[in-house]
Amino acid sequence: MSRAGKITRRTLLVGSIAIAGGVAFGVWKVRQPVANPLSPPDGVALNPFLIINGDGVTLVSGRAEMGQGAQTTLAAMLAEELDLDWDSVRVIHGPAADAYYNAALLEAGLPLAEYGMRDWQHSVAGAMGQLGKLFGLQITGGSTATRDGYARLRHAGASAREALKAAAAERLGTTPSALRTEGGAVVTADGRRIPYGDLAEAAAQRTPPQVEPRDPSQWKLLGRSLPRPDMQAKATGTAIYGVDIRLPGMKFASPRMSPRLGGTMVSFDPAAAMALPGVEQVLDLGDGVAVVATNSWAAMRGAEAVEIEWGPAPYPPTTEAIFERIEAAFDGRRNSRMRNDGNAARTLDNAAQVIEAEYRLPFLAHSTMEPMNATALYTDDALELWSPNQTPMVQARAAASAVGLRAEQVTVHTPFLGGGFGRRLEADFSVLAARVAREMPGTPVQVVWSREEDMTHDFYRPGIIARMRGAVANGQAQAFEARIAGPSVMHQAGRRMMGLPLAGPDKGHVEGAFDQPYRIPNYRVEGYLADLDIPVGFWRSVGNSHNGFVHECFIDEMALAAGRDPLEFRLDLIRPESAVAYRVLEAVGEMSGWGAPKEPGTGRGVAFTWSFGTPVAEVVEVRDENGRIRITRAWIACDMGRALDPSIVQAQMESGLIYGLSAAVMGEITFADGEVQERNFPDYDALRMHNTPVIETRILENQPRLGGAGEPSTPPSMPALANALYDLTGTRARELPLNRHFDFIL
Amino acid sequence: MDLTVNDQTHTLDLPADMPLLWVLRDVLNLTGTKFGCGVAACGACTVLIDGEAARACQVALADVWGPVTTIEGLGTPEAPAALQAAWIRHQVAQCGYCQAGQIMQAAALLAENPAPSDAEIDEGMAGNLCRCGTYSRIRAAIHDAASQMREA
Ligand code: FES
Ligand code: FES
Repeated sequence: MSRAGKITRRTLLVGSIAIAGGVAFGVWKVRQPVANPLSPPDGVALNPFLIINGDGVTLVSGRAEMGQGAQTTLAAMLAEELDLDWDSVRVIHGPAADAYYNAALLEAGLPLAEYGMRDWQHSVAGAMGQLGKLFGLQITGGSTATRDGYARLRHAGASAREALKAAAAERLGTTPSALRTEGGAVVTADGRRIPYGDLAEAAAQRTPPQVEPRDPSQWKLLGRSLPRPDMQAKATGTAIYGVDIRLPGMKFASPRMSPRLGGTMVSFDPAAAMALPGVEQVLDLGDGVAVVATNSWAAMRGAEAVEIEWGPAPYPPTTEAIFERIEAAFDGRRNSRMRNDGNAARTLDNAAQVIEAEYRLPFLAHSTMEPMNATALYTDDALELWSPNQTPMVQARAAASAVGLRAEQVTVHTPFLGGGFGRRLEADFSVLAARVAREMPGTPVQVVWSREEDMTHDFYRPGIIARMRGAVANGQAQAFEARIAGPSVMHQAGRRMMGLPLAGPDKGHVEGAFDQPYRIPNYRVEGYLADLDIPVGFWRSVGNSHNGFVHECFIDEMALAAGRDPLEFRLDLIRPESAVAYRVLEAVGEMSGWGAPKEPGTGRGVAFTWSFGTPVAEVVEVRDENGRIRITRAWIACDMGRALDPSIVQAQMESGLIYGLSAAVMGEITFADGEVQERNFPDYDALRMHNTPVIETRILENQPRLGGAGEPSTPPSMPALANALYDLTGTRARELPLNRHFDFIL
Repeated sequence: MDLTVNDQTHTLDLPADMPLLWVLRDVLNLTGTKFGCGVAACGACTVLIDGEAARACQVALADVWGPVTTIEGLGTPEAPAALQAAWIRHQVAQCGYCQAGQIMQAAALLAENPAPSDAEIDEGMAGNLCRCGTYSRIRAAIHDAASQMREA
C-alpha cells in the first residue's frame, strides 16, 4: 500500500469515493449556516444531532436511509453516550419538518460516512475541496469518513450528557460527578430521576462541555446488533418512500425523454395520449415530454402513447461501435499510471513466458427497486422537493438552476430511498420534477418514471476493456501489468455536478487495480479514457466493480501459470504488504475449507479486493447439476476495524455480494440504434431467493481504522465466481455477463 | 364499481381496465403496496385477493375477484401479524421497498403450506425480487413465522 500511496499523494484528482453504496445526506433546507441549525417548535436542540422535548429524545440523522442501516448506527453513536434506552430511540431523517432547517448540518461537519477514505486519501491536499465542490458543500466539513462521524457524534452525545448533568447538579445543589445518567434521565445517588426533557432548557444555556467519548470497553450499544428503528415501518407498509408522497391536490406525471441519451426531440404528437382517461396535459419539455394525469397509470400510459420523433444519439449507435471507441482509447494519451513498481515493461519483454489476456466488461444499470421519482411544488419564489436522493445539496442546486431559482429558494425533503446504489447521487429526477412543477405553479406534482424509462435512462457503470500481461517464474509473480480503458465517471460527473471540466489522472478509473496490497516486484497499472458521451455514473463500488474483476481473474490466471494454488499464491503476495489483508484471506480459506478436498462436481474460486477502507476476501462454490450450474455457497471475510453493528454489517456484506453476483451472471446493458435495449426486469434481472447461494460471513477486527460496509463486498464476488467456474469447467471467462458462456440454473 | 380492501368497501368510478395497483396507491392512498415493474416481473405489488397472492399491477379493477388484503390490512405497527413480527425479529428489511410484496407472497405461501421446506419457500418466493439481497433473512423469517403460526 505504501508505494501506491506515495503515487496518489501527487495526483490531482481523487476519483470516485465511497459514496455509491454508503453515503447519503439527510433532509435539507438550504439557508445560511448558523451555529445550531435545529430550532424545533417545541423542545430544545442541544446540538445539531439532538432534539429533546416532552416526549423524549429525537436523534437527527444527517444521512438518508437507503437500506444500509446508516440511521441505526448513527443513532447508536449518540444513544451510547447519552445512556438512552434503545427502545425509546427515535430517529428523524434530518429535520423532518420545515421548522427544522439544517443547512449548516453538513457544513458544520455532520456525520459524513463516506465509507472508506484511506489515510493517504485524507492527506491529499486539496482533494477534499474537489469532492466538496462535486457533491455539494456538505462534504467539505466531514471529509474524514466514518471515523470523523464516529468521533463527532460520540463527542456530541457525550457533551450533551455532561451538559444535562451540569444542569441537574445546579438545580440540586450538587456536583455533576455525584450524578449519573441512565434510561434518558439524570439519576442522583439516592435514585431520584430527572428526565432529560426537564433539563434540556437549562442544559442548552450552558457552553457545551468538552468531554471524551467513552472507551469502547464500556459500550452497551455500539458493537452490538441492534433492532433497526426503521424495521417496523418497513414490515408494515408504513414507511414513506419518494413514490408514497401524497399531497393535497397532487397530480401525477410521467416523463418520456429521448431513448438516445442526450439526444434531441424533433417533433411530437400528443393526440393519442390526450385521448386516454385521466390524462390532463402533455408538457413539451424541449428534450422530451411529460404527461400529467390524475394517477400514475394514466401518466405512464400517456407517456407511452405520445408519438415522438427523436434525433440521433450523440455516441456510436451500437454496442460494437461503442466498444470500438473504448478500444481506440488505448491508442490515445495515457490518463494515469498510478502504480509503477519496478520495471514491468522490461521484465515482460525479457520473460520466457508472458501470460496475456483481454477482458471486456459491459455497461450496467443500477436498477434500484424503487424507480426514479420526485415530487415538486413550485410557487413563483420557491420550490419544495420531496426527493429520494443521496445528495440534497446537489439536488437543490440542480433543480434551482433548471427553473430559474436560487438554491436558497429550494427545500429538499428526503424520504426513505427504495435503493440507491449510487443512482440517487444524480439529480436528474429532481430536475425533471422541478421542470414539470414549474409548468403548474401552486400544484404539487409527483413525477414517477416507468421501469422502462428508469432502466433506459440511467447513469451506467461504464463498459471496460482491460489488457493484461503477466510473468511468473519459480512459482512466483514477477510482473503484472494492467491497462484499463473506458469512459471516465469522474470527468463526466465533474461536468454534470459542478459544471467544471475535471482533468488529470482519474483514480476512480483504476481503483481496485492499482491500490491492492499485493507485493509484485514489477507492478504497473495504467488508465486510458475513452471519449464517449454515454451517461456513466457511480455504480455500487464504482471502479472497483470492474477493476476488482480483472485484477483478481488475472491473478488467478497467473497462479495457474505458476502452477500454484490460487489462494496460496495470493497469500504469498499479500503477506509482505498487509497483515490485515492476509488475515482476511486466511480466514476465508479456513471458513470455506479450502485446504480440504472438494466435493465431486464442484468448483471453487477465491478473490480479494480492498475497497472503501475494507479488505474483503470471498470464496464462491459452484456445482454441476446435470450439465447446468448452480451457485451453491459463498463465504465472506472482511475487516472494517470495528463492526459497529454486526447484524447490519453482515446484511451489507451479503447484499453487496448478491448485487455483484447478479451483475456477473446476467447484467448487461446493450445499445442498438443508439437506444438501450434492456427495458425491464425480464431483460435485466438479478438473483432471486432460489438461485442465491447460502452465504456465511465472518467479521474480523484487526484493522486499526474504520472501513465501509455498503460496497466492499461487491468487487470480489464477481471474480470469485468466474474463478470458480474455471475451476469447475476449465473455461476462463474474460467477458461478462457469465450467462453468455455458462448455463446457469436460474 | 365496488371494491373491498382490508374489510372496507369503496364505491369507485374508475376505468374498468385500471390496474388494482394504481387504484390502491393513487386513489385509495394505500401506498404500502409498491410499484416495481408493471409487468409481473418483480412481485413488489403483491396483494391477496380472496386469500390468493396476486400481482396487483396485472389485475384490472373489473377483474378483482374477491376482497383484497394489502400489507396495511395484514397487521399494523401496533399489532403486527405473525409474519410481520417475524420480519422485525429477523431484521429482514434493508431499503425495504420490496418487503410488502415479499410478506404478502409469504402470507399466501403459509396459508397453503403451513410448514414449507427451504425448497418450497424458494419456489414460492421466486417471483419476488429484492435488489438489496435480503433473501436469507426472508427465508429465516418465513420459517420462524410458520412455526409461530402452527403453535398459535
Ligand atoms: S410491479 Fe407488479 S410485479 Fe412488479
Ligand atoms: S429490501 Fe431493498 S429491494 Fe428488498
